[in-house]
Amino acid sequence: MDAQTTVFLLFILMLSVFLGIELISRVPSQLHTPLMSGSNAISGITIVGAVLSLSSGNETMTAILGTAAVACATVNVVGGYLVTDRMLAMFRKKGQGKG
Amino acid sequence: MISPFLIDVAYIVAAVLFVFGLKMLSKADTARRGNQISALGMLIALVATLLYGGMDYTYILAGLVIGGGIGLFGAKTVAMTGMPEMVALFNGTGGVASLLVGWAEFHQSSTEIAAGGMTVFSSFTLGAIFLASLIGGLTFTGSVVAWGKLSGKLPGKPMLFPGQQVFNILLLVIVLAAGIAFSLVGDAGDPLMMAKYDIFLVIVVIGLILGVLAVIGIGGADMPVVIALLNSYSGLAACATGFIIVNKVLIVSGALVGASGLILTTIMCKAMNRSLANVLFSGFGATSGGAGKKNEGEARVITAEDAFLVLEAASSVVIVPGYGMAVAQAQHAVRELGDMLEENGCEVKYAIHPVAGRMPGHMNVLLAEANVPYEQLVEPDDVNPIIEAVDVCLVIGANDVVNPSAREDEDSSIYGMPIINADLARTTFVMKRSLGAGYAGIGNPLFFRENTRMLLGDAKDSVSTLVAEFKQA
Repeated sequence: MDAQTTVFLLFILMLSVFLGIELISRVPSQLHTPLMSGSNAISGITIVGAVLSLSSGNETMTAILGTAAVACATVNVVGGYLVTDRMLAMFRKKGQGKG
Repeated sequence: MISPFLIDVAYIVAAVLFVFGLKMLSKADTARRGNQISALGMLIALVATLLYGGMDYTYILAGLVIGGGIGLFGAKTVAMTGMPEMVALFNGTGGVASLLVGWAEFHQSSTEIAAGGMTVFSSFTLGAIFLASLIGGLTFTGSVVAWGKLSGKLPGKPMLFPGQQVFNILLLVIVLAAGIAFSLVGDAGDPLMMAKYDIFLVIVVIGLILGVLAVIGIGGADMPVVIALLNSYSGLAACATGFIIVNKVLIVSGALVGASGLILTTIMCKAMNRSLANVLFSGFGATSGGAGKKNEGEARVITAEDAFLVLEAASSVVIVPGYGMAVAQAQHAVRELGDMLEENGCEVKYAIHPVAGRMPGHMNVLLAEANVPYEQLVEPDDVNPIIEAVDVCLVIGANDVVNPSAREDEDSSIYGMPIINADLARTTFVMKRSLGAGYAGIGNPLFFRENTRMLLGDAKDSVSTLVAEFKQA
């Protein structure tokens, strides 16, 4: 990776961190659990890295590690989003019937 | 094959959806839609990545099917009370995935170098592999220990051995030194380069050990903070992975999760009036001192029948749920009691402390499951100013979050923590299994107050008895 790319990526990192801080600073405590498990699902984005590590023609050990990485990241993504959805489906306003 | 430019555009779309998703997750009205939007972003990112081509799709499919199956099963079968440990476990899988990606990339490059190939990582990339593997591994074992503590498979009490702090710091120094050695680039014949794979394995092992040691010393009552922090770590691990493979969507999303997790952690710490360092290193509840003054006086016990008579006459009731409600699975019975009280012309509110339960917002989830409308769920700041006008404050399985020592007793280890001032209500009923100390092992003078009555026994049974009384009346 050349120096220019490195600086570019670090720049993106810096802006994302500030964005993340701004996004979350005002959240009612009743939403903390869904928020935590929802953002936890986003951290499963490492699935992209896992998929990319499985280039064809790789050594067997690499393929095993990559497959395990895909499986683990998928647990994080699928489980994280579903569990959050299940929780949020229960939050309802007064007068709304059972869903 | 599709052009890398279009894939990058898809990544931008995915990142935008993540940002909007997180934004919407922070409002009750839009939260569910926000989560779905964020899931759509993930799907777009995944499909776009698959379009790069040149990958071994059999392996990918195998991974997706296995992981998807496990995730689906876990998410569908977990009970609402078991949610904290489930979130911890899912979080751990994200961490270990980052570790495995780092390992796979490093392993592939090592074999290619050994075969005389040209793939040589820069120090920067090696540093990213180091961070992804270390943080990923630490997140994994830390989450597993948190899962064990939350599900009761490990003792909730902090487990500390003499010299643990020194040992932890020593490990940290070693792993940082190993990380620097690992990141150096030199000639292939250099002994340091020959030992690179061994150094990597040392880093992985130390990362895994550090995760265990970091969480094992933290008490069950502090788990909300720990889960929020581990969540932040798994984001950082994904971010580091993004630097390994030079992928912008990983960096952006990982950083978003890392930063938001850190903010959530800080909010949790504030709610307990403790610094993050204090939570991480003190072994709360295990240390001596801080137990506060001896409780004096005698607790007054009341029967459910007598409690019913008071509740029937009350015109305002505040219910304060805690972890005990979750353990007794009493949320449905509690909601039924709330409905009965409302039918009786009484104003009912549920006062929820931010750290009640074992996960931030744990009580909100349980009461939502029982169909309590979220307008009725209020925070301590909303209820404390009016608590003195409340006829009955019903404490169900909560203890430390209503402990007046936090307000009055400077020697207590929880002094200064914002609490719900249940003791200031006209009458306070405390539902509790026995007269023992709370989870954090601190005595609670609330139980001995003039206006406090103890309703002993299983919370669910007690609440059900009250509901039955209302039905008869």
